[in-house]
Amino acid sequence: MIRSTHLPLLVTLATFILAYALCVYAYPSMLSTRVVANLLTDNAFLGIAAVGMTFVILSGGIDLSIGSVIAFTGVFLAVILRDTSVHPLIAFMLVLTITTAFGAAMGGLIHYLEMPPFIVTLAGMFLARGAAYVLSTESVPITHEFYDVLQGLYWKAPSGGRFRLIGGVMVLTFLVGVLVAHRTRFGQNVYALGGGGQTAKLMGSPIASTTVGIYAISGGLAGLAGIVFSLYTSAGYSLATVGVELDAIAAVVIGGTLLTGGYGYVAGTFFGILIMGLIQTYIVFDGTLSSWWTKIVIGGLLFAFIVLQKGLTWATQARRRAATGFADPS
Amino acid sequence: MPGPKHSVLKRIMPQLLILAAALALNVLVFPDFFDIDFRNGRLFGSLIDVLNRGAPVAILCIGMTLVIATRGIDLSVGAVMAIAGATSAAVVTDGHGWGTALLAGLCAGALCGLWNGVLVAVLKIQPIVATLVLMVAGRGVAQLITEGKILTFSNEGLIHLGAGTIAGVPTPILIWMALGALVILVVRRTALGMLIESIGINERSSRLAGINSRVLLVCVYLVSGLCAALAGVIVAADIKGADANNAGLWLELDAILAVVIGGNSLLGGRFSILASLLGALIIQSVNSVILLSGMPPEFNLVIKALLILAILVIQSPRITYLMYMLRASGPQPQPDTDPLSNSPKEEAR
Repeated sequence: MIRSTHLPLLVTLATFILAYALCVYAYPSMLSTRVVANLLTDNAFLGIAAVGMTFVILSGGIDLSIGSVIAFTGVFLAVILRDTSVHPLIAFMLVLTITTAFGAAMGGLIHYLEMPPFIVTLAGMFLARGAAYVLSTESVPITHEFYDVLQGLYWKAPSGGRFRLIGGVMVLTFLVGVLVAHRTRFGQNVYALGGGGQTAKLMGSPIASTTVGIYAISGGLAGLAGIVFSLYTSAGYSLATVGVELDAIAAVVIGGTLLTGGYGYVAGTFFGILIMGLIQTYIVFDGTLSSWWTKIVIGGLLFAFIVLQKGLTWATQARRRAATGFADPS
Repeated sequence: MPGPKHSVLKRIMPQLLILAAALALNVLVFPDFFDIDFRNGRLFGSLIDVLNRGAPVAILCIGMTLVIATRGIDLSVGAVMAIAGATSAAVVTDGHGWGTALLAGLCAGALCGLWNGVLVAVLKIQPIVATLVLMVAGRGVAQLITEGKILTFSNEGLIHLGAGTIAGVPTPILIWMALGALVILVVRRTALGMLIESIGINERSSRLAGINSRVLLVCVYLVSGLCAALAGVIVAADIKGADANNAGLWLELDAILAVVIGGNSLLGGRFSILASLLGALIIQSVNSVILLSGMPPEFNLVIKALLILAILVIQSPRITYLMYMLRASGPQPQPDTDPLSNSPKEEAR
């Protein structure tokens, strides 16, 4: 039997298959490994950030700072590689430590000061973007031979598609994300927290360490996304990736995760990302539609999925009410 | 609360003090800050600039205060500004008068507000999520209206709204002050304000007490949409064009910040529009300090972020509780001051 918690994920999967079929019907050449490879490469940074966002939303929170953290990471890497002779790998380590600590600090504020995540991460967003501005307001190019090596790594599929390193990093992140969410104690605590903070506390879940951990993961993955983005663009620019947090939230919701927390799958987010990438690819193939149609279609999809979630919640509550004979307390 | 005068003054005292400090900083870095000239039939001066440049955020925060008082949030105001500005510009370039254009812009804003309100009040979607839809799609819609261009116009009447003056005072200043006074009057001289507060404190119990919370919620988002539309038309009129990509970009955050600086809780309940307006002026004064001091504008965001963090820490329930316990145990130093001796442990836990 199909459980109602699986339904959003199945709808996402069906939407993706349907959308891809429609695209292929309109432009048969979209059925090629080239398109698939580009889909992975172009959305790599967004996908990695969206994994972190999935954890945050599963716990019932929200993280608005990731776009700024990605930009900060890019600028930080560009500046440090330009001004010092540090090896990129050490710079990567450094920036991942900074962003993870940044996320953990936000999680600490949220938990210990009992502040809404929305406003704390909003402050974080300003802070990270501001820090990026302070480092450099101009676009700083990255020219390091190690970057060329990393960018040159790809696996060429027989029919011509180039699966690059950063696409692989994204897929790997998703796999690890799925394992952490469903196969570790931390993952179970995240779901428990999203189901209800009070209940999780009574159950004995470590609320403090889980909250801090969730935002640390989100910050760290935003840092990783920033590294991938700097590989993708070979530059660091403080005005880049404005509004990526919204794209990531949209991908998570389209991927079937309930925005109230507690229900959802990391794998769903992967298909959410692919659907959003597909819309963009279709618009590129079409050539006559402007890019702002992407925003409208994504907004429409977002709305459709939110209404679907709402309908499911209603249906569950109605069934529970009918079963127990009591009115739902909420 | 329509209480005595001094209670209002007491409520806005922290905001007045912060504003005074921000203005004092302005004078420090720019001694002529308070000089106001009257030239070419218009008032000139840094203070006038602060009031004028603060107009969009001030207008937005009027609607945002009401929304936040109901325990909601409206993320879409920036996008609604873009839509309203684009609508007005499109109408005016079609050859209609500025009145029609303003009306069309306001109607567009009202529609957006209605959409948000229905999602929140009727479909019961969380406000952050419900308004996120329009925040994502809104700029696309605005682009659809302007057909991807920056629509420029030269209609004197419309431009007057953003860049003109009435009796020497820039029009935006008069608009936000009049709108603020009007809304404060409406919510505070009637029971409306109290009803809005009751929804924010506990929607279910206020519904059981007979308040039509559904209609009231829709109305609150409608007002927020209208305020955003007015701000959008003013911004478009100021630059004589509608820029769907950049009009009102990130202003929703400034508006929320203004409301928070105004001491209004994001968890709903009691609100003060006057304090939010002071919050908007504080933000603009801080911006002005940064500009006048010749500090690189890059620091603007960092300073704003630190400001929010400081206010958050002061406002947080945990700190408020600690302060309350300190104050409660202060005057009577009895041996059993349990709350005080317990609270550090509580914090460390």
